[in-house]
Formats: sequence, C-alpha cells, structure tokens
Amino acid sequence: MPFKETMKIFKKPDCLTKIPMRYCPGCGHGIVHRLIAEVIDELGIRENTVGIAPVGCSVFIDEYFDCDMIQTAHGRAPAVATGIKRCLPNLVVFSYQGDGDLAAIGTAETVHAATRSENFTTIFVNNAIYGMTGGQQAPTTLPTQKTTTTPYGRDTKIHGFPVKVCEMLASLDGPTYLERVTVSKVAGVLKTKRAIKKAFQLQLDGLGFSLVEVLSPCPTGWGITPQKACEYVDEVMTPYYPLGVFKDLTKK
Amino acid sequence: MGIEKYKKGTKVLIKGNEAMAEGAVRAGCRFFGGYPITPQNEVPEYLSWRLFEVGGTFIQAESEVAAINMLYGASACGTRSMTSSSGCGISLKQEGISYIASAELPIFYANMIRGGPGLGNIAPCQGDYFQATRGGGHGDYRVIVLAPNSVQEMGNFPKLVYDLADKYRIPAMILADGLLGQMMEPVSFDFDWVDISKIPSKDYILNGCKGRERRVINTLHMDVDVLEKHNWHLFEKYNKIAANEIRFEERYTDDAELIIVAYGTAARIAVDAIVKARKEGIKVGLLRPITLWPFPEDVVAKLAERVGKILVVEMSLGQLVEDVRMFANGKSEIYFYGRPGGVVPNPEEVLGVIKRAMKSNIKAGEFCHLKKL
Repeated sequence: MPFKETMKIFKKPDCLTKIPMRYCPGCGHGIVHRLIAEVIDELGIRENTVGIAPVGCSVFIDEYFDCDMIQTAHGRAPAVATGIKRCLPNLVVFSYQGDGDLAAIGTAETVHAATRSENFTTIFVNNAIYGMTGGQQAPTTLPTQKTTTTPYGRDTKIHGFPVKVCEMLASLDGPTYLERVTVSKVAGVLKTKRAIKKAFQLQLDGLGFSLVEVLSPCPTGWGITPQKACEYVDEVMTPYYPLGVFKDLTKK
Repeated sequence: MGIEKYKKGTKVLIKGNEAMAEGAVRAGCRFFGGYPITPQNEVPEYLSWRLFEVGGTFIQAESEVAAINMLYGASACGTRSMTSSSGCGISLKQEGISYIASAELPIFYANMIRGGPGLGNIAPCQGDYFQATRGGGHGDYRVIVLAPNSVQEMGNFPKLVYDLADKYRIPAMILADGLLGQMMEPVSFDFDWVDISKIPSKDYILNGCKGRERRVINTLHMDVDVLEKHNWHLFEKYNKIAANEIRFEERYTDDAELIIVAYGTAARIAVDAIVKARKEGIKVGLLRPITLWPFPEDVVAKLAERVGKILVVEMSLGQLVEDVRMFANGKSEIYFYGRPGGVVPNPEEVLGVIKRAMKSNIKAGEFCHLKKL
C-alpha cells in the first residue's frame, strides 16, 4: 500500500541541540549522548533537567544537550550535582563523566556522593584512556595496555591496577543502583538505554544514587579501527570489567 | 520560612564564628558545605542545626574541594550559599573559587586565618592576605575581601557580603582570624531578617528550562577571542567594584604625624597603642582598610602626601605593606612591623614601635623594617 504522506519514524531526540558533535569516528560518546537524550524525551523531563559536563572528551556536552547545563572542574561533577540537587530537589540532575574524571581526580567526590546516596544519576563512560589529552593512561587502563604514558604497556608492578568502579561502589551501603553495560553491539546499546532509563526513573522516584558504567570504544586513543575497537571492548575490556547489575536496592 | 533568632538591635553575647554563621543565616544563607578545620569549627557546628531550623541544607563535605564545588552547584541554582575554612582549606578551595569567579556566581566564603605556611598552627594570623587579595587561584580574577575587626562586624558583614556578591555576581569573602572567631563580644545585628522569597530572582540560574531557552553555565572558552572578551568583561566589572565599594575607617588622622595602616585584629591592637601614644602627646592616627580588595588606594595616596610617616602593622611578614608602598608611591617614609607565625603583638609593643618610627630618620619613599627588639 503506497504511503499517503511521509512519516518520520527516526529523528534526533528533542533533548539534543543541532550543534554537530566533535567526536572521532567510532567513538562511543555520541551513542551514549543519544541514549540519554532519548530517555529524557521519553520521560518528558527535558524542561526539568540539569546536566553536568565533566572535563575530558565530553567537556562540550553543555553544547549538545538542549536542557540547562553546567560545566565543572575536573572530577567535581558529583559535588556540583550535590549542591544543585539539595537546593532544588525537584530537578532531575545527571552528571556525565569519563574514567579520568570519575575514577582518578574525582574519586573522592564520586565515592562520597554515592555513600551519601545523593539523589542524582551518573553516567560513567569508561574507555580506559585519556582521550582529550591525547591518549595517556587512565585509572581504568587495562594491564599490558599501551598508552602514551605507558609506552611499554601498563605494568601493574609499576602503574598499579585498574579501578573497578562498579565493584568498588557496590561495597558501599549508599548507592541504590549500579550497572555496567557496553555500547559495542546493538544488543548492548539497547541494554544501555534500559539501564539509563532505570537510573533516571529511580531518581524521579527519589530512591538515591544511581550510576551506569558504559564500556565504550576509543579507536583514536587505542590506535585501532572503529570496528576493531568494538571487538576490543568485547574481547579485552569485558572480561576484565564484567557486565551486569552490581547493586539494585529496588530488587528485594 | 524561617525563625528569626534575634530581633534587630537586640544585644547578645556570642563568639565571632557564631556571629558570622548567624549573620549569614539572617542574610539568607540556605546552603553550607564545609570541612572541619580549626579555628573555624564553630561555624559548621552552628550551621549544622541552625540551617536545619530554617529549612536550609548543611553538608559536611568529604573535602574542602568538594565543599566549594557544592557551592558552585548551590549558587548556580540561585541559593545563597556559604563555606568557611582556614588557610590550608582555603588553598584547596581556590580551584573552585576560580571557576565560580569565571562563571560569575555569587558565593560567600570565610577564611579564619591560622598560622602558616604548611600546617602551621591554629593561632591567629594574617598570613593569607596575598592569597585573599590576589585572587588565590588560577587565572585573571578578583574576589571582594572584607576584613572585620570585631565580633559585631563578624555578625553584620555577611549581609554586606551577600548583597555585594549578588550585585556584582562575584565570590566575596570575610578574611578574619582565630582570635576574631573564638572571642566572645556583645553583638546586635544591624539588619533585618532577610526573607529569601523576596530576594529578586536571577536571570542566569539553572532551574529547568520550562518556558524559556536553556541556560548554560560554562567556564571553557576555547576561542581565544571569546576568552579575551570574557576577561575584559571581568576587568570592567572589577573596575566598577573598585570605584564604588571601597570601605575603610580612619581614626585620629586629622592632626597625625604618623599613620598606622592595619586591618582586623592588628587594627584593634593598633588603636590601643594609638590611645596610649596620644596620652604621651605623640600624634598618631589609624587607617583601617575594611575592604582589602578593593583596596583604599586613593586614601593611602592622599595620606602619604599629607603625613610624613606611615607605619604598617600586620600579623604577617610584609603583605599589606606591599599595597601600602605601592599606593604611597614614594611620598612618605614607610615603616613596617610584622609578627608572623600566630604571634599577636600587644599594644605596649606597638607603642614602642611607634616611638622608634617617630625617632627614625629615613627619606620619603624609603622603607624600614622595624624588627622586634
């Protein structure tokens, strides 16, 4: 049957601006941005949301999200989120942070916002590298992984071990929901969206701190093609950072 | 909402730290984030229950770094917010203060200075003058610095701090020391309880973009032309503040042959020394800068032209005196007496220094460091 009129069945989410994203080809950030924006649209909370930009590749998200945004110092997003959410508890507040921001310079802010169970949502993008500054070792860089500051590969005897954020936070009583997902495949993308939506919904229900860790490809930082980078997430990252729900206080 | 604890003008005997905390609540503070450090602990202890009473938020943060960033968030959504600390803690807050200065958000922070550098000690000191008046953190920025010299002013200045911070969208601070924080004196608040619902709404705050364009608070400007423009904008604002908001106190300056320049605790001691000197017929006056930034530069310049001798007394090793020398601009003999490390000079000691300065003969524009005898 011929179409009477053209129906739009796929469009940019309302919560994304028209500004083109500056990410490298094959980067996972764009996917994660879109998923958050879709969730905000579906929950109808765009006009009631404040997003928090970190320092790192995603420092420009204040340009990409069409809602109130604030850009913060490196690692301090959870403290800023705490200030906003405590003053205006009816707002939906999310922080968007990379591995350096969340698990190195901002470890204290992350751990304590989680243990206070501040009622906001953190989207944590783990790509095991410092992308913005040119590919240095991240707190989540894998053992033997080469970066510009671990040119012979991460030697755990010299550089220590990676930080497993979900496992670490799961040891606290405070957090309500912690899940690790990946955007390396379509199934993972769909699962990531479900996790993000659940985290936002928990916040709307006033249930406390939620964090979704997304394992995400960084082909430029890793020096491989986008396709290989997705394979790297599945074959190298995922065995070290197992996917799944690490804490969910909504499940009895 | 709110419980007015003291009627305007009612005299109460309280500590300086408590007076400042109550003054802040009275002036509309509804968010405090801070980390314990001596000698300012009465501030968070007081606000932990007082803010609860008035429906505000008190958070004991995991660090000074987190505390100042909580204020960044609280102020970004329009709440009058406060943090307090002492030197070492203020050092940690400087990162956040730089961001807040760039984002042009109003906050109130207090430094009850302790002896330094390093961990130093917990005694009263004025060694953080540079840290306060030069911005302290990275980049080209200024903060308004108010220096009380009594518990009364500790109680009254928070209202002024918030009003100036809101008017100019700038971080503003109280710079005092452990002595002013710990000492008890009668206080009567000189301003009415501020009804926070009547503070004019701000057109830059983040509260959800319903019915308006989205707002962004941002301190990253990758385009050099944009950042230069932002810096010039801040520069113009700072000039406006310097033109309108300088505050100072002059005492016995009309016939003075020597002017003491001192602020805070040092100024109180100087007044006692001046009264003793005058009893002996020595004509000494006082200039007490109340705003340390903006600095009363014209007042110093005029006094330097009129009075032959200026003596700077500070509980630090030559910080305030740099500003005085700069604005005296070679027109007066400059004497300096400083006691660092948490030592509070006594009036007799300062009287002795006054006498030595009166007897000394250096040329105008020359500088003489009067060391402890």
